[in-house]
Amino acid sequence: MTNTTDTQWPLWEVFIQANPGISHKHVGNVHAADAEMAIQNARDVYTRRSEGISIWVVPSNQISASSPEDMGSFFEPSNDKPYRHPTFYKIPEGVKHL
Amino acid sequence: MEDLKRLEEFQAKIDKGLKIEPKDWMPEKYRLQLIRMMSQHAHSEIVGMLPEGNWITRAPSLRRKAILLSKVQDEAGHGLYLYSAAETLGIDRKELLNQLHTGKAKYSSIFNYPTLTWADIGAIGWLVDGAAIMNQTMLARGSYGPYSRAMVKICKEESFHNRQGYEIMLSLCNGTPEQKEMAQDSLNRWWWPSISMLGPSDAESVNSDDLMKWKVKLESNDAIRQRFIDRTVPQADFLGLTIPDKDLKFNTETGHYEHGPINWDEFFNVIKGNGPCNKERLQTRVDADRNGQWVREAALAYAKKRKEQEVTA
Ligand SMILES: [Fe+2]
Ligand SMILES: [Fe+2]
Repeated sequence: MTNTTDTQWPLWEVFIQANPGISHKHVGNVHAADAEMAIQNARDVYTRRSEGISIWVVPSNQISASSPEDMGSFFEPSNDKPYRHPTFYKIPEGVKHL
Repeated sequence: MEDLKRLEEFQAKIDKGLKIEPKDWMPEKYRLQLIRMMSQHAHSEIVGMLPEGNWITRAPSLRRKAILLSKVQDEAGHGLYLYSAAETLGIDRKELLNQLHTGKAKYSSIFNYPTLTWADIGAIGWLVDGAAIMNQTMLARGSYGPYSRAMVKICKEESFHNRQGYEIMLSLCNGTPEQKEMAQDSLNRWWWPSISMLGPSDAESVNSDDLMKWKVKLESNDAIRQRFIDRTVPQADFLGLTIPDKDLKFNTETGHYEHGPINWDEFFNVIKGNGPCNKERLQTRVDADRNGQWVREAALAYAKKRKEQEVTA
């Protein structure tokens, strides 16, 4: 993957948890030689004003993504299943706590 | 045919105010224009550290030194957010840096002026960051998702840059007559480069139509310049400093300041490489890259060795 003349470090995607109890959110990426350095670089680049309490880094080439072209058909199956939403059901007036 | 349909969909999305994301289809010209703009912007953040870095060791107090260090570190961060966003368009960071180092890619003309006195650090924060904020708040509303998000983050950090600069000017203006004179001299030198860095007049600006239609830019250079001047002149008045433009006057009908003619010859000459510091700035970047090469190689070799040890362990 790397040769000696190309000194550009591999790319890592950075995810930051801003506060306890919420999920990590993608914020950007950094170049780094290894995971440890990626975390340090991510701290310096993305959390200079206490934006986070936890950092995840993932090698960019390890991320697989759905493709925007077939976005319609890919997410289609859920569109014809309105019964997955609570608003689908009629509950008589007077029934409580449902 | 297929492309025409895609182009229509692309435009419709932009007209609806939706963002374009890296994997979405986009016209090649949109992609190339964005790479050009974003890399130019990233290079400006990185080269922009040099004029201010010049004063870190000579800041007049520990407080000022800590502030200046933080500001310069922020600019490095801005450069990185932008390189990172540019890379989503399928270009390598290394290639972007090559373009800078070979002079193929440009950076903002303003960073080719020298910082001669401490007051220049005040003037840069107040005027240069001030002008950049006007441009960047516009870009934050642009259509390309990664660029727009990088801009939102940058804008949040810029207001400290702007204020610390004004505070330096304020201290000098409340100081001895010599200090106030230093502030005025600095304003004299930075005013025109600051208002011309926002780019040539719309009449002369190429590519403007497509960029506007695709919401890469949402306002003209002249409109942004006008807003900057309208906000900055009263700030200069408060400092008791004089803007070095004898034609500057407030038009009570339009509610805007009118300024004298901008020396575009000087602007284009500096862009072309003939400003006072172009050679030095570029050489410093090239040297930094070259001197860092062994560090990058060593870090990679170390990472490789540790990985091998993990496998055998
Ligand atoms: Fe910046
Ligand atoms: Fe700044």
